Amino acid sequence: MLSVFARNLRTLGCRGIYQSYHINNYATSTEASFETQPYKLHKLDEGPSTNVTVTRDDALTYYRQMQMIRRMETVAGNLYKSKIIRGFCHLYSGQEAICVGMEASINKKDAVITAYRAHGWTYIRGVSLVGVLAELTGKQSGCAQGKGGSMHMYNENFYGGNGIVGAQVPLGAGIAFALKYQKTDNICITLYGDGAANQGQLFEAYNMAKLWNLPCIFVCENNGYAMGTSLDRSSASTQYFSRGDYVPGVQVDGMDVLAVKECTRFCKDFVLKNGPILIEASTYRYSGHSMSDPGTSYRTREEVQEVRERRDPISKFKERIISANLATPEEIKKIDVEVRKEVDEATEVAKTDRELPLEELYNKIYSNPEPDYQVRGCDPTIMAASH
Amino acid sequence: MAAISVRKLVKDPIWMVLKRNISMTPGRLGTQMTVRDALNSALEEELKRDERVFLMGEEVAQYDGAYKVSKGLLNKFGEKRIIDTPITEMGFTGLAIGAAMAGLKPIVEFMTFNFSMQAIDQVINSAAKTYYMSAGAVPVNIVFRGPNGAAAGVAAQHSQCFGAWYAHCPGLKVVSPYSSEDAKGLLKAAIRDPNPVVCLENEILYGLPFEMSDEAMGEDFVIPIGKAKIEREGKHVTLVAHTRYVGICLEAAEELAGKGVECEVVNLRSLRPLDEETIINSVMKTNHLITVEGGWPQYGVGSEISALVSESSAFNYLDAPILRVTGADVPMPYAKTLETNALPQAFNVIKTVKKSLNIP
Repeated sequence: MLSVFARNLRTLGCRGIYQSYHINNYATSTEASFETQPYKLHKLDEGPSTNVTVTRDDALTYYRQMQMIRRMETVAGNLYKSKIIRGFCHLYSGQEAICVGMEASINKKDAVITAYRAHGWTYIRGVSLVGVLAELTGKQSGCAQGKGGSMHMYNENFYGGNGIVGAQVPLGAGIAFALKYQKTDNICITLYGDGAANQGQLFEAYNMAKLWNLPCIFVCENNGYAMGTSLDRSSASTQYFSRGDYVPGVQVDGMDVLAVKECTRFCKDFVLKNGPILIEASTYRYSGHSMSDPGTSYRTREEVQEVRERRDPISKFKERIISANLATPEEIKKIDVEVRKEVDEATEVAKTDRELPLEELYNKIYSNPEPDYQVRGCDPTIMAASH
Repeated sequence: MAAISVRKLVKDPIWMVLKRNISMTPGRLGTQMTVRDALNSALEEELKRDERVFLMGEEVAQYDGAYKVSKGLLNKFGEKRIIDTPITEMGFTGLAIGAAMAGLKPIVEFMTFNFSMQAIDQVINSAAKTYYMSAGAVPVNIVFRGPNGAAAGVAAQHSQCFGAWYAHCPGLKVVSPYSSEDAKGLLKAAIRDPNPVVCLENEILYGLPFEMSDEAMGEDFVIPIGKAKIEREGKHVTLVAHTRYVGICLEAAEELAGKGVECEVVNLRSLRPLDEETIINSVMKTNHLITVEGGWPQYGVGSEISALVSESSAFNYLDAPILRVTGADVPMPYAKTLETNALPQAFNVIKTVKKSLNIP
């Protein structure tokens, strides 16, 4: 008994059509074009193109990036099961095409902010494997030196990693506000899930973004479930791309990295001229909500398996690359082996590195504190210097 | 309130005597400024000084501010810098914090701090904690300001004091000005501070004039956050207060002086960090401590001061238990007599001083 969502996924998967063109008769082509699924539009006369082109180099880059994130998340899951990672750990496996596709259409000065399912975004926004994995294991080579953990990783123009559902959305509108105030031509991508889509503060953010023409791309990563609650049980309207009302919207197949890339290109261009836009990217997560959720009490194993077989973003992209002669299976295999090796090396560091020394507990609470500032510890005898 | 009513009621020679006992920074005679105007000056000077500073809140622009604190600023700085928001506290507070993360210096006005409760998750979880969670990568240079605590006749939902709530949280700084100098110097310091600062003003104080020294009239006048001020020196009992209740303490101190009891009145100016050193030194001098605040008694500012003095070297200098004067432990009523008796008045302080000193 498949849920409405899963049934739709299956139909879409069956309807997936793509064509590839050989540019020459040699073993590999330098570029290829494909057709994407049509995009659903809300208050837009035109949308992104359904014809997408990719060069060989870019294709291999996107493949490597998605595979890296998949491998990194698999390792994170294993580390969690071995109790080397503690607390919360929300895996991005299955959703890789979104962060890779979007990053492909923005630049380093554009900003991104997301919620807690953030490891993939953290990596794609330039934090190294060690920076992510060692942050998860709480060690000092983590990108927040182990002080933030899974949900609080940051980098230049990447504002986390946020733990409170929906809170990142007004923050994202604010980042867009700052980008406009400072007269840049950069945008902010502000992501949230289908669960957060019902939060009141999102609508407050949409209102101000539209009122003030902020260069903000709101993105709903719709993976079908808010923790254990499916779409039809949480939302009176599941047309998330239309929930912005007066904010135009577009729905894209979030499992197709090239469609996501093209959609983002279209939206960035739109937003710099017309103010905010909302993307709903249909995607899926293979894991449960977090590592404490097996993910099987509210959906069937068959459903998960079906997505893996018919819609996996990485294996589908691999099929495209190979059938379009952009690369040989051997080249792909080589990338797989390299990725595994890189992640394994980073994992070693993440496991063996040290934690911050104890005095760091009391540091970096305030920026530029008074030189004599002291912080109280757990009993009256502990007053620590704080920098 | 205390400053202006005493001056009107008392003849000049007596005023000259009193003036010697009221701690006022020396300066041009007659440079008076209301707290409202002092705040307005602070805002104007800081907006002029740094392009990244902007003011955002309900009615701050075209209406000139619900309490006229931002009067004239829209004309001087334009729509880009002075921004009217919709009535969506959680949204605009989050937006301002995002702007701060991305390098601007927002000043968020809450029409009253009661409405900040709608946005408190953003203030605490997005502003206060981010610098620490990011191990120093993401500072949040932002000020949250507005009237706090009781006004007059606005009843329970519009009269709460949030001093204890915000001062509880590491990562925030909290200031609570009393006089016009306090207001100007602390707000300027808050805007220049690279951390999230909560500035708790008081509506009743907005209209009160205070003397302003030459120094205080200057464009670079800042008061260090975390340092208290001795408003009146005394040797028999220490009264520690913040905001409007400094005035209540000064009123009580006047009356008690007539009976031979000299009160030392400490104006906290900041709630976090708290100036423990000044409090402890004063207690070691007077051996008696009373805290005075408008907030509720349980888990309040006075509770914190009482605990930290008990844990400090000043404990051995106490000749009496530390006593607290606070708002009554009730939601604020509307009826006039009930409201007046829900908040500390001079007689409450005087009664408590007598209890502490064990005098009739």
